[in-house]
Amino acid sequence: FIYFSFFERKTVQGQRASRVHKSDVLLGFPTEGGVETIPLRGAGSRGALIAFFLSSRFASAGDDGLVLVWSVETGERLQELRGHAQQITAISTFSCGDGFTSLITASSDRSLSLWDPDTGNRVQTISDLQSSVKCLLVLERLSVWLSGGEELCVWDKDFQLLCHRQKHSDTGIAALVELPKNCVAVAVDKEIVIYRLTLSSDSSVLLDEITRCSDHHDQIRALINVNDGTFASGSHAGELILWDSANFRNVAYEHILWEESQPSSQMEIRLATPKPSEMSIQHLTSNGRLILAAVGSGLYVYDIVTKAVVAYRRAAHDSNVLHTMLLSDGELMSCSEDGSVRMWEIQDLPLAAEPASAGFFGMWTFGRSSKQLGPQSKKALEIPNLRTLELTGDLIGHSGAVQMFLSFREKGLVTCSTDHLLILWKDGERQSRLRSQALFQKLEENGGL
Amino acid sequence: MTVCASAASHASLSNNTMIGSPDVVAFTKEDEYGQASQDPLDLPEEFSIPLYPLADSNPWAKTSYAKFTKDFILISEFSEQVGPQPLLTIPGDPKVCGTFDLNYFSLRIMSVDYQASFVGHPPGTGYPRLSFVEDSRVVLGDSKEGAFAYVHHFTLYDLEARGFVRPFCMAYVAADEKKIMLQFQELSLRFSQASECLKAGNRRAFAKELQRKLQDLEYTHSVLQREEGLQREAGPQCVYSAHAVEKANELANVEKSIYEHRDLLKQISAYHRRPRRDPHAVSCQKCMTECLRECEELLDKYAKLANPLGYSQRVPKGEGDEIQSDENRGEEEVDEDDDEGIKRRPSYTPQLIKAKSAKCFDKRLKTLQELCEENFYEATVELLKETERSFRGDLCYLYTRRLDKSLRRNQKIVNFLFEADLTDDVEDEAETLRPFCAVNHAIDNYMHLNPPHIVLGSEALELNGLKSQGPLGLACKAATTQELGLLGSHLDSSPSDQTLETQESSEGTKESFSSDKSGTDQTEKQESLASINTEGPDPDSDLTPEPDQNTYPERESSSEDMETTAGEDDCDTGQDQTPVSLLEVVSELEARKDGGCEVGMHSELLVPMDTACCMAQEGFLYEAADPDAVPCLSPNSTLNPSKVLVVNQEPHALHPIQDEYTVGSPCSESPPPGLELPVGVFGDAVSRSSMEDGLECTMSASTGSDRAASPLGYGGSVTLRQRKKAGQGALRFVRQYSFAVQALWCLLSGRTLVVLGADEGRVRRLVSALALFVPNPGKSGERVQPWLSCPFTLVDLHRWKLIGLQRVASPAGSSALYSLSRYSRYISILDADMKTLRCPQYRGQLLANMADHRTYIRRGSTYFLHLQSALCRLAARAFLLTFTHHLHLPVSPTEGPEAVEARRRGFLQEQLGLDEEDGQILLYLSRLIAQRYLQPANSDGCAAVPCFSFNYVTSVLYKI
Repeated sequence: FIYFSFFERKTVQGQRASRVHKSDVLLGFPTEGGVETIPLRGAGSRGALIAFFLSSRFASAGDDGLVLVWSVETGERLQELRGHAQQITAISTFSCGDGFTSLITASSDRSLSLWDPDTGNRVQTISDLQSSVKCLLVLERLSVWLSGGEELCVWDKDFQLLCHRQKHSDTGIAALVELPKNCVAVAVDKEIVIYRLTLSSDSSVLLDEITRCSDHHDQIRALINVNDGTFASGSHAGELILWDSANFRNVAYEHILWEESQPSSQMEIRLATPKPSEMSIQHLTSNGRLILAAVGSGLYVYDIVTKAVVAYRRAAHDSNVLHTMLLSDGELMSCSEDGSVRMWEIQDLPLAAEPASAGFFGMWTFGRSSKQLGPQSKKALEIPNLRTLELTGDLIGHSGAVQMFLSFREKGLVTCSTDHLLILWKDGERQSRLRSQALFQKLEENGGL
Repeated sequence: MTVCASAASHASLSNNTMIGSPDVVAFTKEDEYGQASQDPLDLPEEFSIPLYPLADSNPWAKTSYAKFTKDFILISEFSEQVGPQPLLTIPGDPKVCGTFDLNYFSLRIMSVDYQASFVGHPPGTGYPRLSFVEDSRVVLGDSKEGAFAYVHHFTLYDLEARGFVRPFCMAYVAADEKKIMLQFQELSLRFSQASECLKAGNRRAFAKELQRKLQDLEYTHSVLQREEGLQREAGPQCVYSAHAVEKANELANVEKSIYEHRDLLKQISAYHRRPRRDPHAVSCQKCMTECLRECEELLDKYAKLANPLGYSQRVPKGEGDEIQSDENRGEEEVDEDDDEGIKRRPSYTPQLIKAKSAKCFDKRLKTLQELCEENFYEATVELLKETERSFRGDLCYLYTRRLDKSLRRNQKIVNFLFEADLTDDVEDEAETLRPFCAVNHAIDNYMHLNPPHIVLGSEALELNGLKSQGPLGLACKAATTQELGLLGSHLDSSPSDQTLETQESSEGTKESFSSDKSGTDQTEKQESLASINTEGPDPDSDLTPEPDQNTYPERESSSEDMETTAGEDDCDTGQDQTPVSLLEVVSELEARKDGGCEVGMHSELLVPMDTACCMAQEGFLYEAADPDAVPCLSPNSTLNPSKVLVVNQEPHALHPIQDEYTVGSPCSESPPPGLELPVGVFGDAVSRSSMEDGLECTMSASTGSDRAASPLGYGGSVTLRQRKKAGQGALRFVRQYSFAVQALWCLLSGRTLVVLGADEGRVRRLVSALALFVPNPGKSGERVQPWLSCPFTLVDLHRWKLIGLQRVASPAGSSALYSLSRYSRYISILDADMKTLRCPQYRGQLLANMADHRTYIRRGSTYFLHLQSALCRLAARAFLLTFTHHLHLPVSPTEGPEAVEARRRGFLQEQLGLDEEDGQILLYLSRLIAQRYLQPANSDGCAAVPCFSFNYVTSVLYKI
């Protein structure tokens, strides 16, 4: 199923057109009517997960416990991995040195499975865990992997439990991150717990708690590695903290608040009541120098060198941003509950920000665009070196919240949404070139028409 | 004297000469190769359109006084007892013939049999010879009756008949003489098939009859011998009683008879080895070998019969049974055949044969069924029925269909875009191949001895043939010509004098082909006839000759760069040109089949020709008064646009493409100036009635069921008839909506069009009309959703290119509206209630011809044909774009994609002269073609999902 799409050319008040982004193609997989494919119910929850593995395949998982393996090139469904009875909660690839990549899935039926994505066979399975696993972390260097739920477990490649730590708190483990020197950062509620793994000669593993970082005032939502020396965490209250990976100290603290632009004008326009998650950091990404934080429905770019906010967009989407990605050259992408995927570019020129196009909830936000210009430009004046996030394109296709996307660079981009669709977007021109190549190749093989 | 001057260089039937009688017209061949070669700068004759069609060229002018309603096939025999008599007609409905005197007509057609029906003992041979008479073909006219006939004479063997030969003839009787003249080749082919089929069955039956006769004779012989032996023993040696002498004579007679019959058996089994002079002789290899084997078995059996005495012991039981099993039908009829003494019972016992045979008039002649084996007879009747079906309709109709068909055959790859009835096409091919074998042996068994060149009207039809300009192609043509020449001379040399004379004296007749007309007159007449097919006086129909014109660039390019590629393929395709039958009829048959009806072999089931093509006679008679008013095409006008197209600077580009598909492909030039929508003088006169016609049509559609209103999306395949009805709707749309061209552009450039409306009937009508413009609509219109009442998603957009959407006032409808606004960048919205269209701006010229709301076309069917030709041209261009290498891939490694892109744009803009928006149409079609080519359609139609392309441009709101 191939869809082509060219990015929408935006016009500002009917006058000035910004740059047209390169054309993209979109591939969707609505198998047999699109309902049974990837049933992702419960909007807002992280129901759909995409694991990226091997260069041309990816897996998707949803609420029905079904894991599907797809081809990026053709959009074909390659395998169906059946076995889990309930919603998949975490998914990860696992390659154990010999070049063979397998897939680990965790489900809320409190089981873990290892799959061979080539055959669709379930290689290993563990059921009756004490709690369902929320996150997975594979340490390929050590050939072990960790699962985090209410408890933290360490497994080897044969699914043997090496070590486990009891219940941390009611909320359980929210995120796992690998740190240098065999350390692991675990986000538990408001704390980050650092463990060190020690592999003894008899291949048993010891898990030592080194320290606890508890600078956050609210629940930690996102935890990422920024570079070798730094990792970052974001909390529900909009706190972004940079940590040193060596001594686990707090390097920088940024509290993202939108108070300045909050008053009057916003309030009267929003039909929906402001959500408490308005300033919650939903997602963090980094390219080693910049950190992109999805804060409520806005985007926030933080430079770790200058330790300052470089650019931001207060209302990048009409609803909560669920996933973001930093591309090269200051380009970034975000997807949101409003059903749209948007592409942005960090631009030097402090142009008056333009309104985002009406997305999923565009229907209910009439007239906002004109009034929004005021606070934005005022903000731009306040911080001299602030650059703007310019909307360069968007992908409209989903009719539900877009939960995640995955980029395959020139091969395309996959988005998944609560409308049970996965859509693979591709570059139309590239596709057309490839088609032509294939066509003339076939022509040659057939010896003419 | 030349009657029809057509292709000079091209083979096949070119000259017809009349023979003696004014009413008998046979085809002969004049040597035209003696003529000096033409001026190379002259337009080849097949492309030239005579400027002044003659006044009486109206093909309907003559039908008025025929006494039968439609064409039929008549089989008659010359009975040695009662003379010429009609046997049966196809169709069998007596209404068909009306008051037409079949007996009289049989007499006429049987009396012109001038085949060499030479029978009896030729001097110098001892035994009676079977005459191997080739069939003869004659065109005969009875102008008083208004009947013209293609008459096919043939003979069947009958042991009891005089000279063992029974003359028969099959005639295709039509009111239109030209129809027969121009269809002569195909008629001849089809009737030859039928005749071969009958004869094959007849040979088998004859061999079996001989076998029985031989058994009887040998039995008689043995009995007589025994009697004689007894007598000889009883009587004195030297005394011969009268009785003994009589016995001896009888014995000698029987012996002679045995030898004679044995010889006959030998002759009949040698039949297949005879060289056939008949170029149309076709036969099924399997039938041949079967027959041959049987004959040889028999021959063996009786050749070994050295001592007839031992006969009675030598008839093995098993063999008798075997023979019997072959024979079940023969039984009951022969039971009453007692006077010959041949009494056959289920277990056959040889009978004594009386010395004297009964009087000629006492015996009952075998019927045609008995003469041929039953299954052969039935196969023949089927064949003839099929023939009758395929020749229904008038010349124009046949011509158009064939033109259409030959064009489509050249465009196999792009047919999926706009042509709905591809499957019919295939079946049609099979249909014409099948009859080569009488009894339905596998198709691959048939052996086409001399594949004839079927020509209808002008040579321009032969799109394939035209391309063979290479030496091989010429050789191929020459061969065909020789064959035809052979046919001609054969006909010519027939000793037909007496019959013709009597003919002449009895009917010193009529004007139609009378000899007082000068040769040039005839030439003109034929030319005009050839042209009338393309250039009919109908003001609308000057849209149709485009394919004719389009063949020209083919030739242009062929002389330059196609010599290398033209070759055997062409020969093959040229010769393969099997006769085609009417798609229309076939598709109707298909439709009937779908309806659960048994295959409509009975002609009553067949609906008369669609009005679409048999346009009303009145309309035509109007224009016949002043045919000069027809806008004439200067052939040169087509030259310039076509030259632009010949891309010979890139030999690489043509590399993998066979000659058939080279750059100057048939339809690819822009319409010549003469082909703009017609400004008909008579437009209004015709339009009045047709508009009413159309209104009725749509009215009934609207009041009728869903199915009537919109044939699409119901799983059943869309028939041609339904498409034509949609043509009416499309015409209405084009005339009513000033923004029709924008809507068409959306559809053709792959942008989904949503027809929004509250009234289901109206929306469905619009959708079914617009569905004509949806490229690759799928076999049963899978890409079209006529009525949707729930909000759609991206998946639906991807699946459907044309959606009828219900406008709901209730809050529930808001979600549908919401999906409209959400996906507004991907769709165009046609509001049927407000009569507005929201879509990107279209400024191109390409579609202007298709969607001119001031069009003079008044009839839906005309518009449909017009559309078809326009869309076909589009498809051909898209084909060109798709398969031209350098437009898609770099020609050198240093070249980047931008250069290719620029080249493609240049091609579209400069060489095809298209705007950006028009270019988008071609790019979209090209993408569909590429996709289709890469993933040929699976059986379940929609499997190869076409891509779905969006190019965001600001939409504009159009209002009426």
